[in-house]
Formats: sequence, C-alpha cells, structure tokens
Amino acid sequence: MSVDKETVTKIASLARIAISDDEAGALVPELNNILDWVDQLGEVDVSGVEPMSAVIPNKLRMREDIINADPLTGGGVRDKILANAPDAEDGFFAVPKVIE
Amino acid sequence: MMRDLTELGIAAIRDGVAAGEFTAVEVTEAFNANVAAARALNAFIVETPEIALDMAKAVDADRAAGKELGKMAGVPIGMKDLFCTEGTQTTAASTILSGFVPHYESTVSANLWKAGAAMLGKLNLDQFAMGSSNETSAFGNVISPWRIGGGNDAPLAPGGSSGGSSSAVSARLCPAATGTDTGGSIRQPAAFTGITGVKPTYGRCSRWGVVAFASSLDQAGPMAHDVRDCAIMLGSMAGFDPKDTTSLDLPVPDWEAALSSDMRGKKVGIPREYRMDGTDQDILESWDKGIAWLKDAGAQIIDISLPHTQYALPAYYIIAPAEASSNLSRYDGVRYGMREVPEGANLQDMYAATRSAGFGPEVKRRIMIGTYVLSAGFYDAYYTQAQKVRTLISQDFEAAFQKCDVILAPTTPTASFSLGDKSKDPLAMYLNDVFAVPASMAGLPALSVPCGLNKDGLPLGLQIIGNMLDEQSVLNAGLAIEERAGFTARPDKWW
Amino acid sequence: MSNKYTVQGASGEFEVIIGLEVHAQISTQSKLFSGSSTEFGAQPNSQVSLIDAAMPGMLPVPNMECMRQAVRTGMALGAQINKYSRFDRKNYFYADLPQGYQISQLYHPIVGEGEIEVTLDEKDPDSATKRIGVERIHVEQDAGKLMHDQHPTSSYVDLNRCGVALMEIVSKPDMTSPREAGAYVKKLRSILRYVGSCDGNMEQGSMRADVNVSVRRAGEELGTRTETKNVNSIRFLMQVVEIEARRQVDLIEDGGTVIQETRLFDPNRMETRSMRSKEDAHDYRYFPDPDLLPVELDDAFLEECKQSLPELPDEKRVRYENELGLTAYNAAVLTAESETSFWFEELLAQSVERTGKSDKDLAKQCANWLLSELFGALNKLGVTLEESPVSPSQGAELLSLVADGTISGKIAKDVFEIMLETKQGAEQIVEEKGLKQVSDTGAIEAAINDIIAANEDKVAQYRGGNARLLGFFVGQTMKAMQGKANPQIVNEILKKKLDS
Ligand SMILES: [Mg+2]
Ligand SMILES: [Zn+2]
Repeated sequence: MSVDKETVTKIASLARIAISDDEAGALVPELNNILDWVDQLGEVDVSGVEPMSAVIPNKLRMREDIINADPLTGGGVRDKILANAPDAEDGFFAVPKVIE
Repeated sequence: MMRDLTELGIAAIRDGVAAGEFTAVEVTEAFNANVAAARALNAFIVETPEIALDMAKAVDADRAAGKELGKMAGVPIGMKDLFCTEGTQTTAASTILSGFVPHYESTVSANLWKAGAAMLGKLNLDQFAMGSSNETSAFGNVISPWRIGGGNDAPLAPGGSSGGSSSAVSARLCPAATGTDTGGSIRQPAAFTGITGVKPTYGRCSRWGVVAFASSLDQAGPMAHDVRDCAIMLGSMAGFDPKDTTSLDLPVPDWEAALSSDMRGKKVGIPREYRMDGTDQDILESWDKGIAWLKDAGAQIIDISLPHTQYALPAYYIIAPAEASSNLSRYDGVRYGMREVPEGANLQDMYAATRSAGFGPEVKRRIMIGTYVLSAGFYDAYYTQAQKVRTLISQDFEAAFQKCDVILAPTTPTASFSLGDKSKDPLAMYLNDVFAVPASMAGLPALSVPCGLNKDGLPLGLQIIGNMLDEQSVLNAGLAIEERAGFTARPDKWW
Repeated sequence: MSNKYTVQGASGEFEVIIGLEVHAQISTQSKLFSGSSTEFGAQPNSQVSLIDAAMPGMLPVPNMECMRQAVRTGMALGAQINKYSRFDRKNYFYADLPQGYQISQLYHPIVGEGEIEVTLDEKDPDSATKRIGVERIHVEQDAGKLMHDQHPTSSYVDLNRCGVALMEIVSKPDMTSPREAGAYVKKLRSILRYVGSCDGNMEQGSMRADVNVSVRRAGEELGTRTETKNVNSIRFLMQVVEIEARRQVDLIEDGGTVIQETRLFDPNRMETRSMRSKEDAHDYRYFPDPDLLPVELDDAFLEECKQSLPELPDEKRVRYENELGLTAYNAAVLTAESETSFWFEELLAQSVERTGKSDKDLAKQCANWLLSELFGALNKLGVTLEESPVSPSQGAELLSLVADGTISGKIAKDVFEIMLETKQGAEQIVEEKGLKQVSDTGAIEAAINDIIAANEDKVAQYRGGNARLLGFFVGQTMKAMQGKANPQIVNEILKKKLDS
C-alpha cells in the first residue's frame, strides 16, 4: 500500500500536525519507503494465529473502589494539575473559544 | 593524593561509602566536576549538582547515624530525561514539553532514590526515545566520547535513544545511568559505547511516571560499567507497582548475590537467522569469540532457529508508531508544555500548530505512520497483522527456550557511525536495531556486554537474550563473557 | 398504542426506526481508572488526578467495582456476559479529552446481547408488551466539561467528570415510536436503579441518551440515520424522535437526502442541529489499549454478581399479583420504580410485624393506602417519595391502628393529616387527641337506647319496611359517640334492637 500527497495531508490533519503543502510532498516518498518495507509482513502466514494481547502472561489487576487510596493517583490536587498549564484561569484550563 | 573516585562503579562506590573509605559527598563532588567539564558531549539536558549533593549528604548523615544504607547508597547516577522527576524539568528531549516540571516522581526513579542513589542530572536522549543515534533530540545531538582516532575527529553516535546515558557512563560522568528500551534503546547505545546495559523482562520495572513511547514495549533498565553494577542497579529499579497494571507482581530476586559465570550445564542457543547480510565482519567475528568464551565457561552451544526474525523489525515499525501516535496525543498544548496559537486560531488549529512546532521530524514521521496504520481500512492489514506476527515471534522464542537457557547474538549489525551518516535515511537508521528488536517484541530480558573493539578501535557489544523472568541467566552469561573478554578499552579524553 | 406510529409526508406515510445509546454513570465512589472522587458539584478541577489530566507517564488502573456493576446490569437484562473483554482506545482530539483518546470497549465489550420488556401503555398493565433488544453494554470513560460563557475569547475546561465510569447501553434499532423509546428508557432506568448500578439522575447527567433516528416508507430499506447526542430527559428524548423524524421526512419529500451525522437538540427552539465542531473526527483509530491487559472474569466473580442481584421489577410485579393478591394495576405501579417497591415492602413488613397478620392479608390495605393516601399527600406537598415526611414504619403504625380496630378508617385520614404536619407518630396523636375508637358495647348500647327512645316515629317506619333508615340510626349513634364508636359494633347492636 502506498500514500499520496492527499492521504498524507489527511493523516496529518487526523494527527493534528500542521504541515505545509511542501512538507506533505516531501513526506510522500519517505512514508512510502517505510510502508513498502513493512508490507513484507503480508507474506507471513498468520492463519490461526491470535494477535498478541499481553507480552508477558499476566492478569489484569484491578483496584478497589476507594477514593484517593494512593495520593499519587487520587484527586484533590488542583494546584499540581494546573501548575504547568500554559493558560489557567479561575481554577480552569483555558483554551481558544470553542463554538459548538 | 586521593584516588579518582569517578573511576569507580556502583559496587565499589557503595562498598567504599559503607566502609567509610570516602563519603558520598566526595563521590558526588567528583562526578559533578566531571559533568561540568564534559558539556562538549551534550549528554545532560539539565545538571542537578545541588540535588545530587543534598542526596549524598543525606546518605552520609544516615551512615553517621548508624542507619542501614540502601543498595545504592552514595552512588550518584544520571537519569534519562524520560523519567518524570519531581521539581526537575522533564522534557523527553522535546520542545513540546519545554519547561514542564512534574509534580510527581516516576516509580523507578523513586525506587533508586530510596536505595540511596543521587541524581546528577537529566540525560539527553532521542526525542520521545525515538531514534538510534541521539540525533533527534530538541536539545542537540549527544556526542559519543569515542573517536575513530588517527586524525579522524568526526563526532560519532553514542547510539539511541539512551545516548545521553551511554555517553555519560562511558565518559565517566556518572558511574551508571537509567535507560529505557523500546526496541533496543538500552542495548544498542551500550554496545556503541563499550558499556553494559540490561533490558529486563517487560513488567519488571514500573512504567509509571516514564514518558510513554510504546506502552507494550517500553521497559526501563540500567546502564553501567559492568554486569555486577547492572545487577545491583536493576535490583533497585525493579519491583511491583500497583499503579502500573502491566507491572509484574513478583518478588525482585537478589540478582547480584546469585551472579555466577559458571556456565556448566547451561545451553546457549545460536540463532541462525541472525547471520544477516549487511552485518560487519567484525561483528560476526566477535560473535564467534563470544561462542568460544561461553564454551570455555562450560556452556553447551546449540544451533537454534527463530524463523520470524526478519519480520520483527517491520512489525515493530507498525506497532511502536501505532502506540506512539496515540500515546503522544496528550501533548496538545492544553495542560502543560508549549502552546502555539496562531492569530485567530481555533482549538483544533491550536493543536495542529502546537504539535507541528513542538514535535521534531522523526516524532512526526512516526506519529504519521502510526496514525496511518490505525486509520479506517488499514487497521487489520497493518496493526492486526503485525500483532499476529508478534505472536509468532514470541512463539519462536518460546520454542527456542525449550532447547536452550540463553541466546547469544550480536547487539548491533555495525559499530557506532558518524553523526549524520544515517539521519537522512530513516530506514537505514531503523535497521540498526534489527538484532535488538525481537527480544523487545517478545518482552524478554536481554543485555549487551562489551566484547572488544573493531578495526577502527570502536567498541562492539554482544547480546544475551533470556527466557521471561530469567534475568539471572542473562546476567550470568554476560558475566562469563565479561570475564573472558577483558574489555578495558577507554575513550581518550578529548572533551 | 395499537395504532402504528407514522409520520405523514406529502407523498405518503413514513415509519420511524429508533436505536438508543444510553450512557449511564456507574455508581462508584472513584473513577474508572483513577482514585479521584466522582461526587457531583465539586469545585472545578478539584476531583482530578494526575491520571485524569493525562500527565506524561500516567497509567490507568481499572476500578473493579465498575466491571462488577456492568456485569450485574448485564445479568439484570438477561444478557450475555463476556468473561473476556478488553479496553480499546478511541482516538480524537478535544479539549474535554486530555489523553487524546477515550478508553472504551469496541471489539470485546463486557456485556453482549440482552433485552428489555416494556409495557407500551403504563396506565394499562394489560396492554401489549414489547421486547426491545440490547446489542451490548460496554464500559468507558466520561469526558470533561467545556464552558463557553465565562470568558469572551476562551473556553474553560473542567476535568472533574473526566474519567468517571460510564456504561454505554446500546439498543437494537427495535423502537418505532417516541412512546416506545420513552418506555424503553424509563424501564431501563428503573432496572439500573433496582440493580444499583446507576442512580438514573438525568438532570445531573448520570443518564443521557444518544438518539439514532431514521425514517423509511413502509417496506423499504432502512434509511440513513442521524445521531442526536446527549439527550438528558425522557420528555426531550420523545421530542427528539418526533422532531428529527419530521425533519427527515420533510427533507426527503423536498428531494433532499439525509446525511449520517451527529446532531444536537435545542429544547428552546425545539429543533436539532448539526454538530459541526465534531464533524471531522470520524476516523477514531480504535485499537486495544496497550496499557491494559484483557479483562478476564472468573466464575466466582460472576457468581457473586449474580447472588447480589435484587429481585427485579418484572419478577416483583408477578409476585405482587400472584402471592400478595394485588391488582395488576397496583402491582405495576408499585414496581415501576425501585423506591416505591422498597417503600411498599418496608411498609408491609412493618405492618406484618405490628399486627401479626400475614402479608397477604395486609398487602391490599398497604397498597391502597400508599397509592392513594400517601401519594395524594405527597403530590399536594410537591415532594418525592424519598422526601416523604412519613416513613414506612410510621405508615405501618397508622395502618395497624386501623387493622386492630383502635381507630376507624375515617379517623385514620385525620390522623394522617396531623402526622404530615407534625411528623408525630400515629399512636401518640390518637392518644393525645382521644381518638380511640369505642368498642365498649355498654356505652354504645346506652347511646342507642337514647336515640331509639327519641325517635319512635322513625323506629316505626323502619320496622314498617323502610330499611334505608338504618343509615340514619348509624349516623345518629356515631354523632353521639363523636365518631369514635366502632361502626361494626354500632351496626350489630342497632340491628339487634331494631329488628327484635
Ligand atoms: Mg454515541
Ligand atoms: Zn459512549
């Protein structure tokens, strides 16, 4: 499978990465080079093979329903949450106005 | 005159501090000085000499008070800047996280501090750990302390993504450093710089607080001068963490205590598929030497097959970018890091502008690939297929470990190369991890140990891959090689 | 309801096909993947963990209770429970979604197919019922909240809701009228509340529906559907179906085509609108969340879920009819909401305890009192059953006074009025106000003797065949006894004296 400039532009938009027309053009052969190479996976006979779901046999652990059982994964830390925000006001994160 | 404390490794520093031969502060001051004098290597993004001293003072105070000291008490280390460190900038070497100061400490770094280690600074790396030469960092290339010599002063790659770690340990700016390995990022840079690095079994080290690249592959591990130091440091990093559901709920073995280079009764598998075209003659020769050494240590050498080896790397370059494209979606300029808002931009424009300005070219390339392979109509052909191939790769190893205890292979197909050599050809760069990636795909423990120099006088590494949870056999085989290789070469100090 | 619901277009009639995706907040203390609280109404961003804010390196750890409640809910719908399920990532960018993906379950949901039986006319328990298929239930994270009116050029982001656990309950496109859709959600809500997996509070957003509507001419293929998002009341839901069906029919009749899109309901303008802000994100790039291993449930866990299920409304209704001898109507009304049935059962149990009579003997009286007296009073006060000033045990106290003849039914009404006002117990009121019924035959006989003596003409008329005059004598006696005479005894003595 291979991509054209239009596809590259669409992918960039899906990934929210602004690219110029030129950049999109330059990415076409680069990405195709990589995609051509990974296409060799198609040769592998995978009939009856399950896709890997756990690298190491391990069971999903779950937690008890307890609030703030571990301070590292609990709430009530608004200052820490907002400390690195490029724009925070009145206890909120602020972003350019969204029209819904 | 006092001995040069920066010549010492983890075990020697720990033991010396414990015995009162020198203080933790003396050790830290010595390394702080080396760090400050080595900026030409660009190994550190942030230097934290004061923090290191404070931590060392605490160790000295504990010792004076007769308290029990941790397993790494008094050992100052470098912290790859992929680990979030409370109060110290953490960037993953990306502009998009510039200025980000976490209010939390990664589990692995917290474990190390608990063991008495001290932080000399945050080490440079390939941006978001994506790269094999440390040329994708937003903070500039890391330079290997090694040179070809003979008038050829071209800067060489320290390997990647843990290039700051490999360069700093190799140049003795720190006795050890943390690394992370997604598809070879500990082993390949270790091999390039003549040091030892271990990627443990997936799940040994918590991923909590480590900036994610590819969740199903990322594993932290130690990089140090020798196998023993790696065993000590891995013991301090590893452990069950309820905050990471992929963390293994198992006790951490005392790997250091059980170290043994006696390989009698052990079988070492030699995978025939690793004899690939394009592998340096020097590398092939070093592999043969490794076989001879392990035989000498008493091991039985057997031929094994890992039939899907050639597909590991292409499968990796679907799975890792796919996971990364999603993991890196959180860098959007809303809650932390940089924000780029062009005039009149709406929210979605802001995302696109921020991510365009904040991510480097290799990161963008991988996000694009990952986005593409997950997109409608392609998911099964790429992602599902790659995960099935991954199952086959795992099964290859499973079958192999029915027959042998460890696998011996080269770490890399070549020695270090000049900066700029491969950076224009992503695929050529990717191929550097061809020997390292299969073990990552299967989540297996693996190590790179230095085994000699090539014709140009550059270090080469040998790789030992073990069965899951069997770090001990990996370390032991590594030790057997280390003892026989007698690798003492050092880069000449030019920085 | 026997008439099929159709929408009349210029060229003919259209059928409406409705499918619902109900998002129900799972009743838990903490969030799906973090330990922060789910409590409603907190200060902005005060219930946000590092995980919810998607700080670098943060990892999700699932809350077992969420999986348990989803399984219990599935069991209550008679659904397939999947012992193996997985979390997937749904990738899109929005300011209320810090991770850049929602953790949900696409490929392997925890609950598979089930169904809900709805009564099409709730006023008539004998009316037709319809089984509406449930396609699946999956567990996923809620998003945060955006506020647009606090700042001229910025929107504000509050992540308190972000990461709260939801069940998405997806119906089959089995509904064909606004009424069916309404009945489905009402019944679903009732079951969730019985199970205790969701409080069903639609005003606080604990339950909201995405409404998929399409129209077609009879016998034609399914039309293109639209999805109207986040409808948060049953009334709105029924309006959305009506409005959206009308819009689609008009569009088709005008030669247009319906496009598959997400829409928003504006209850002020009574219209649905296209949601342009989310239009481009239709490629969600779902893939299994690599931070989370598959969910594997064992038999012991499933057994515990099963054992913990309460009696559900349909079973209850049947039992009320068959074992308690209630009318179909009363049984239906009492079981429609879990609160009502719990209240009723408490009232009945306390009455049994006080009187020593069987529940079958008391059920009818309890049901009638609850449905007419109590509901009537609550209606007047404008409060819900949960806010009732009278508790089930107080109600039982009142009813047992009637049952053992201490007060008459008529006095009971007065006592109840006082209870509502003063919150005093019935016995205390009866005692203090001297409302005890007189069953002392001597006192009653004395009063009757006086009345017979004073009304000899009427006695003669009665004995002459005017049996209706018995009522007059009863009235006179009760009046003389200030209403407290036991009417049964009054009747007996009067008859004995007059008929002799
Ligand atoms: Mg929906
Ligand atoms: Zn949903």
